[in-house]
Amino acid sequence: MKAPRPAAPAAVRVRNVRAGDLEDVAAIDLEITRLPKPGYWAEIYRRYGSGRRQQRFFLVAEAAGRIEGFVIGEVRDWEFGSPRCGWVFAINVRPKARLAGIGSRLLEAVCDGFRRLGVTKVRTMLARDNQLILSFFRSQGLMAAPFIPLEIDLDPAGTERA
Amino acid sequence: MKLQKNTLFALYSVLESASRPERQLSAGEIARKYGISPHHLAKVLHTLAQAGVVESVRGVGGGYRFAGNAKRLTLIDVIALFENINAPARGTRPRPRRHSAGPGVERAIGTVLSEIDAMAEATLRSISIATLLKLAVRQRRQT
Repeated sequence: MKAPRPAAPAAVRVRNVRAGDLEDVAAIDLEITRLPKPGYWAEIYRRYGSGRRQQRFFLVAEAAGRIEGFVIGEVRDWEFGSPRCGWVFAINVRPKARLAGIGSRLLEAVCDGFRRLGVTKVRTMLARDNQLILSFFRSQGLMAAPFIPLEIDLDPAGTERA
Repeated sequence: MKLQKNTLFALYSVLESASRPERQLSAGEIARKYGISPHHLAKVLHTLAQAGVVESVRGVGGGYRFAGNAKRLTLIDVIALFENINAPARGTRPRPRRHSAGPGVERAIGTVLSEIDAMAEATLRSISIATLLKLAVRQRRQT
C-alpha cells in the first residue's frame, strides 16, 4: 500500500491556533519528540494562542481538516541585549506531511507576522545535533547569529561550589 | 577553519555541477573558472565520481555531471571524502605526555578546542549543496 502523498502547499491553510487544535499539536509533538508533556501545551496555548496576543504567534497548518504542523514565535525587545527581533521557538510538521513545503509556509507566515510589527530580524535556537531542523532553517536562509549559547550544570542546592 | 586545497576544489566542482545538473562540465572548464590546475582537479573529480557525487560522461563533449541529491548532500559529506573531519588539526591539540605537570590544563584546552570542532561540524552537517547554491545566489545579488 502506498503512503498518502503529503498535501500540496496550495491545499494547506495557515491560521491562528484554536483551542480545538491543541490535541493535534500535542500529538505531532509527541510523535516527534516521544516525550509527553501534560499541561505544557495548555499553558503554551494560554500564553500564545488565546486572548490578546500582542507580539505572540501560535499558528497551525491545516490540510483537509487536519492539523499538519505548527509554529510558535514572538517578538522580544532587548533580550540578550539585542534590539527588537522575532524569535521562532517551535516549529514542527507531522513526519508524514513533510517535504511538501508546509514548514516553509509556517515559517513564512510567522515572519509575515513579525514584519507587520516592524521586525526585520528573525532568530531561533536549536540543538546542534538536530540536523533535520537545523538543515530546514539553513535552507530557509538563516545563518549563524552573533551569539553563543552557554550553559552549566548546577550543583544541587546545599553543596559548595569548587 | 581552513580546508585543504583538494577539499575546496571538490566543493567548487560540486557546486558548479549541481548548479547546472543537466550539463556536463569538463575539468578544464571548472579549472579555468577558478584558476586552478586541471591536472589537480581531475584527481579530485575522480574521487567525487568514485563516491557517486558526480558521474563521468565519456565521448565527445563528455565531462562530469552532478549525480547526487543536492537537497540531501551536505558540505560535510563532500569534505569527508577528502579530509578526516574527526582528526584534530595539527598543532591545535596539546600532545599527551606520560608525566604531565598539568593534565587539568591540557584537558581544559582540549575541551575548548572540542567545542569549536563540534560547532564547525554541526554547521557543515546542516548545510546542503542546494542551500549553499541559494546562498551563493543571494551573495551575488548583494555584490
